[in-house]
Amino acid sequence: MTETEVSATERAQEAPEREQPEARSFRATLRSAEIDARLAGMVIALAVIWVGFHFMSGGTFLTPRNLWNLSVQTATVAIMATGMVLIIVSRNIDLSVGSMMAAIGMVMGLLQTDWLPSLIGFGHPATWIIAVAAGVACGALIGGFQGIIVAYVGVPSFIVTLGGLLVWRGIAWALASGQTIAPMDPNFRLLGGGAEGTIGGTWSWIVGIFACIGIIVLQVTKRRQRRRYGLRLRPLWAVVTIGAFGCAAVLAAIGFLNRYYLPPAIAERRGAAPGANIPLGLAIPVLIALGVAVVMTFIATRRRFGRYVYAIGGNPEAAELAGIKTKRTVAKTFALMGALVGLAGAVQIARLNASVSSLGTGMELSVIAAAVIGGTSFSGGLGTIAGAVLGALVMQSLQSGMVLMGVEAPIQDIVVGVVLVLAVTVDAFYRRRAD
Amino acid sequence: MATVETTRPTPLVELRDIRVAFGGVHAVDGVTIDLYPGEIVGLVGGNGAGKTTLIKTLSGAHEADSGRIFIEGRPVTIENPRDAKALGIETIYQTLELADNIDAPGNVFLGREMTTPMGNLDSGAMEDATRKVMGRLNPNFASFGTPVQSLSGGQRQSVAISRAVYFNARIMIMDEPTAALGPGETRQVRELIRQLREEGLGIFMISHDIHDVFDLADRISVMLQGKLVGTVNKADVTTDQVLAMIILGKKPDEVTEKELAELH
Repeated sequence: MTETEVSATERAQEAPEREQPEARSFRATLRSAEIDARLAGMVIALAVIWVGFHFMSGGTFLTPRNLWNLSVQTATVAIMATGMVLIIVSRNIDLSVGSMMAAIGMVMGLLQTDWLPSLIGFGHPATWIIAVAAGVACGALIGGFQGIIVAYVGVPSFIVTLGGLLVWRGIAWALASGQTIAPMDPNFRLLGGGAEGTIGGTWSWIVGIFACIGIIVLQVTKRRQRRRYGLRLRPLWAVVTIGAFGCAAVLAAIGFLNRYYLPPAIAERRGAAPGANIPLGLAIPVLIALGVAVVMTFIATRRRFGRYVYAIGGNPEAAELAGIKTKRTVAKTFALMGALVGLAGAVQIARLNASVSSLGTGMELSVIAAAVIGGTSFSGGLGTIAGAVLGALVMQSLQSGMVLMGVEAPIQDIVVGVVLVLAVTVDAFYRRRAD
Repeated sequence: MATVETTRPTPLVELRDIRVAFGGVHAVDGVTIDLYPGEIVGLVGGNGAGKTTLIKTLSGAHEADSGRIFIEGRPVTIENPRDAKALGIETIYQTLELADNIDAPGNVFLGREMTTPMGNLDSGAMEDATRKVMGRLNPNFASFGTPVQSLSGGQRQSVAISRAVYFNARIMIMDEPTAALGPGETRQVRELIRQLREEGLGIFMISHDIHDVFDLADRISVMLQGKLVGTVNKADVTTDQVLAMIILGKKPDEVTEKELAELH
């Protein structure tokens, strides 16, 4: 090799390190501000969908009532989608979540109607908490069981959970011989939302203010931590913009949803002056979903377990050689998924005020679709919790919007299917260009 | 140049009579080699000679069927990579086993993350530590916040080596350390390997490249078809003699002038 050839090769190899001025596009600006371009894109897509439906449905979409309903309808899928992200990130899949929900729902239902009343008496105040705890524990057990077969026995997760899809649905039926189990405990029913299961206007504002404080504290501590080590700081304008935008979005959402009022009859029954507007406030299932999203984001980004899940998805061999207990980590993702199914199941049967063996039929597909629309990649290692929650919101918005427009169910399926494939295609296209 | 035949107490590593078979094929067949502090042992041989398999028994990636491993004279069992790391053995694989979707500090600390008292990942401390190690190894490195997927071969190599250096490896295993690199980066990595030897590490270096081996190694162990042909001091042999070991399986005192001439 001649001298010129050597230096040419060296230059070619060092080139990627240098900043190319012409490549400093909008994308680069986003990167320097550490704004997730994919997430930003999804927020924009969601805004387009909402505004589009608003006009196409004759102004019925962007109303407090519709968005409030939308938030409640999204909660169940959103809760499960956060777990599905970690499953798919680690290069697995869980097809059993819908069926699992039915089986766990049946256990929680029977606890309230048959088992607990004979133990601690009917209408005991602890009924709801025992039922929820049992549901979450049941889910963790079922999920963990499937996860152990996947991780330690080495059966592909597609097969294990496809089996689970059949088995748990069958068990749900067998538990009550196919009967509908109702009614649920009154306290338990609050988990499902509805006119009762909300926290009211004042508390919604308090939650909103705490959320804003949380956003600010997070930004400040992150910055302080990096400064302590003298590391490069995110530009101040970006911090302020993101913080301000986040707080404004939270407060605007609360303000908007708080304009959905109790029906006058119920308000008056609760002792409100005739004609007074009593806001429902945030629904409890929505608070649960938001809480789950925050906790899961924390687990995914700030805990070893989350880091390992992403490492396994990025390069399973490397994770193993780095000394990570990969099998245990994978089994844990399934247990966590199961626990979230238990929680989502509680919300679902509380909303229905009944447990049926057909609960959650087909829901595995909505959950997987939400995660995938949210940017989770089947090739593993990529995906965010926030993305999955937004994905769930996009899916539900499409469905809700089309219902408002009077689109027939089969056509709705076509649209959702097309959007799913389109979202992944666009994502893959941009990902290839970014590399 | 470190002298090879001085008074030697106990070797840092002794692999004694190691055997590994894959379904009747003897990938490694009764190999015994050792490694002293502050030396580089080049492990050479053709494809399928068993070099990588042998070394995997030391790095914990693969358990030996039989044989014993001694670290500083003490018999040890290495069942998985965690055991190896606990003994101060760090491995840099040919394929640079990195999690592509995670950034450089995340990869350096993978499996051994720094945490806050609450048990949360301390990403600031990890980035700071990575910057310090990297400042020594590759001062040009600047991509601390991006997934390592987007890095060049040399940068990825720097990340892999930083990991070994940060955790104070006493024994380093390098499988084809320069195979993925361009000429400039190769020079850089060779310099780094010498520097690590000066610091007293023992290094096993697997390589196809006879020039790499002659440039860096103090001793050379040659394998052929799972067996050890022999271990020689680099100073005592020519490249042709080592080639004869690799190709013909004959030690320098067994090979004829005619056979040496026919190698070319």
